[in-house]
Amino acid sequence: MNSGWEDWAITIATFLPLAGAVVIVFMPRDRDRQIRGLGILVTGGALLAVVAVAAGFDYGAGGGLQFEVDTRWIPVIGARYHVGIDGISMPLYLLTFALSFLCAVYSWRFVPEPGRTKAFIALQLVLETGMAGTFIAFDLMLFFIFWELVLVPMYFLIGIWGSANREYAAIKFFLYTLFGSVFMLLAFLGMYFRSDPHTFDILRLQEFGAVGGFSRTFQLVAFTGVFLGFAIKVPMWPFHTWLPDAHTEAPTVGSVLLAGILLKMGTYGFVRIALPVLPDAARAWAPWIGGLAAIAIVYAALACLAQKDLKRLIAFSSVGHMGFVMLGIATLTPIGINAAIFGMVAHGVITGMLFFCVGSIYDRYHTRMIADLGGGLMQKLPYLGGVFAFVAIASLGLPGLAGFWGEVMALLSSYQPADVLSDNLAMFRAFMVAGGVGTILTAGYFLWMLQRVNMGTLPDRWKEAALPDIAPVEWVSWAPLLMAIVALGIFPRLVFGVTDGAVSGLMRLFGG
Amino acid sequence: MRIDYHAILPELILSGTLLLVLVADAFASPRRAWMAMPLSFLGVVAALIATLTLIGSARTTFAGMFVVDNFALLLKIFFLSVALVVLLVSLRYFREGRWYQGEYYFLLLTSFLGCLLMPSSRDLLMLFISLELVSAPGFMIAAFRKTDPRSNEAGIKFFLIGVLSSAVMLYGMSLIYGVTGETNLSAIGEALAGGLPEGQEAVVLASILFIVAGFAFKVSAFPFQFWAPDTYEGAPVPVAAFLATASKAAGFAGLLQLMFVAFPAQWEFWTPIFAALSVFTMTIGNLVALQQRQIVRLLAYSSIAQAGYMLLPFALVSANAGVNRSAFAAATTYILIYAVMNLGAFAVVIAMSREFPGLQIADFAGLARRAPVLAIAMITFMVSLAGIPPTGGFWAKFFIFTAAIERGGLGPWLAVIMVLNSVASLYYYVAVAREMVLVEPAVDRPLAFPALVSGVVVLATVSILAIGVYPQPFAHLPRLSTLVGR
Repeated sequence: MNSGWEDWAITIATFLPLAGAVVIVFMPRDRDRQIRGLGILVTGGALLAVVAVAAGFDYGAGGGLQFEVDTRWIPVIGARYHVGIDGISMPLYLLTFALSFLCAVYSWRFVPEPGRTKAFIALQLVLETGMAGTFIAFDLMLFFIFWELVLVPMYFLIGIWGSANREYAAIKFFLYTLFGSVFMLLAFLGMYFRSDPHTFDILRLQEFGAVGGFSRTFQLVAFTGVFLGFAIKVPMWPFHTWLPDAHTEAPTVGSVLLAGILLKMGTYGFVRIALPVLPDAARAWAPWIGGLAAIAIVYAALACLAQKDLKRLIAFSSVGHMGFVMLGIATLTPIGINAAIFGMVAHGVITGMLFFCVGSIYDRYHTRMIADLGGGLMQKLPYLGGVFAFVAIASLGLPGLAGFWGEVMALLSSYQPADVLSDNLAMFRAFMVAGGVGTILTAGYFLWMLQRVNMGTLPDRWKEAALPDIAPVEWVSWAPLLMAIVALGIFPRLVFGVTDGAVSGLMRLFGG
Repeated sequence: MRIDYHAILPELILSGTLLLVLVADAFASPRRAWMAMPLSFLGVVAALIATLTLIGSARTTFAGMFVVDNFALLLKIFFLSVALVVLLVSLRYFREGRWYQGEYYFLLLTSFLGCLLMPSSRDLLMLFISLELVSAPGFMIAAFRKTDPRSNEAGIKFFLIGVLSSAVMLYGMSLIYGVTGETNLSAIGEALAGGLPEGQEAVVLASILFIVAGFAFKVSAFPFQFWAPDTYEGAPVPVAAFLATASKAAGFAGLLQLMFVAFPAQWEFWTPIFAALSVFTMTIGNLVALQQRQIVRLLAYSSIAQAGYMLLPFALVSANAGVNRSAFAAATTYILIYAVMNLGAFAVVIAMSREFPGLQIADFAGLARRAPVLAIAMITFMVSLAGIPPTGGFWAKFFIFTAAIERGGLGPWLAVIMVLNSVASLYYYVAVAREMVLVEPAVDRPLAFPALVSGVVVLATVSILAIGVYPQPFAHLPRLSTLVGR
């Protein structure tokens, strides 16, 4: 591999979808098949590039930046085009491209009402660039631009192709996340002016933060700003209210990308920026974050028990799973952060897959209400029912499948949080208990859901209906995810091996 | 006294052109009246070339009343470019409306002559003359749709408010002259910085207040903003575009020079006034914009809110020269970027106005299908006005946030109020995008619109996105100004 490739690989992969979107904009509207084909081609090409990056990645040195580019961008404000990839970015970056590609494949057959394929594919591609860029940006301004780039495409994806209440959900998503991110921007500016020399570079800021360059008061204020931005994106209880609406109303592909990747931008932000740059504030805030996470886990599980809409149920389950991720982060230990990253990947794969299943169920039944479905899915559509059951069980954290490791290690780490949090030991153990109760409730609502949807006898109204089982396109787009669920469950090292070096480097700050 | 003719060459060319337009129109047949536009266009291009030849020079003439420096050149190039755009979007509108085209172009160019003089005016009298030269023709062209009572109302309102504000401002200026014995801005600055004679502080502060109030009218800041929506709505749309961009920018250019050059020593007195003006202007503008149903009124209230953002850097002035420079550059950058996106939005409105003279927001329904280019452009402008990356509007706001955080003290709190306002503003900007994309059109046939206008729209879209992705070439220009922090 020559040095030119090393320099530009991730830039090419990140911007390839955007270029594809531009090409699609100039294609005639009626070339439906070509547009969809181009969507698959572009996302597939980008995925191949990222796989090549992953193959060339030095896993022994996951703690440092690789494929790094650091060049002038906007000298007048000191912002640089600084991208790179380390052990923490790698799994999420790969996940972004994989899920986007699978969504493009899924869109080959399923473009939701009202059609408008051209805009649908183009917006997906813009979204992909925004999401991918967030995970490789090492300059705060660059990070912010990518971060905001996802808002407009997602607004339109929900607003145009969503279900009945789509416009409300779309604008709520847009306003809510923008509200958080503008405070994040102000905090970024504060970091810039408090650092010496002034810089937006995340690594420099980390070094500066590590030697105690930021005063404690400043850290607490700045942490509040970034917390608002990240916590709304995650979303943490009580900032989660946009999520059930957005996820429920979004088209299948939108839900998959929202749950699979967009939410991770928030948790990634905590790990990449909030904790290492503002360590003192992180210490002060950790018990609060842990508390909110514990509430989220229990609250989401209770909310799920009350849901009548299948998709809304899955949306609420995301709040709970992200609660485990945040609990892991709040412990400030390497185990906790590793668990968090594992949880992000696992949740991306599993919940993405769950939304695919629900989308396909809706595609057949044209209803998402559990009562209307009435049970008997296994009789009517055995393959779809089987896949749905498998993924739901993975989501409730069955050992041997992907959902298990993130949750159990998050609980484990909250038994023994970082030394700097020793004053709050009892509190974290209480969180662990709450999380444990949450896992039981989670198992409860998923099994109850399966009982109501999969089991039982098929209602008469569906007996005569011609409902096709899983189509080839669906198999193609789902098979990699299903395999990943098993693979991650059996070989958690697939993720931990990549992240561990980077995480322990990061967590030395907290004596972990 | 020797006059530096090269320094005033752009103004001379423009004056010649506007006289030529007036004379040619008197002798041309009515069917050829539209020829005034290409004639004006050529004149503005010539003036632009003359301005470009001045780049890099620093000239002073008329005993320091007229100065050509980086700040003046940047704004002159900006005003002439705006003039070209306004001319381009005016052609069809006025030709089809049959409204006294020759006179219109004459008056428009006269207004732009005032704009051109403004950034060079470093003297109270020159400043006042430039400002009047911008406003007076504006009163008439705002009322140019003579058969429409709303247009008459637009002109009358604008006239009464404009004259009143001029009177207040001139009174303030006369007091300043009385105290300092100077009309040159730098000389006033030095006189006021050197400590005032006993008993005259109150006079100086009162006169600053008068001048600020006068300018607050011009830039439609709260509580002097109420004329703007009625005037914009009644005026011909290209005139509204001119008033909302060039005329407003001229007001800000004058205000920048006054506050940063003549009155910086009194910052402790006037920065709280600007903080209050800014906060109330942006908040009121945004809250009222949320309820608008007509696109020009929406843009009018949006431009009031935007004026609130532009006033914020004035509130950041302090004894710290570094922060003052940032604030000055932030205000200038904001004005320039705001003009590009706002002109673009008005150009889309002009393209719509032929089929929908009422210009309701509901008329935009399904535009994404009827005219995808216009719709994508309008979405870009709306997103940019809301300040979301990767558009130019984001960087415009960014530089103000930067200056505010750098200032410390009150600054970050003002920035918080501004970000809350930006989030609120997104709601009505997105409402326009929503109408175009999410709502089905009443009739599903392509929208017919003039080619010149669509050219302007595309140009503005590309500029906004280009600035958004790579703001460096644009953002470092205002910092070259030598006006502040010498």
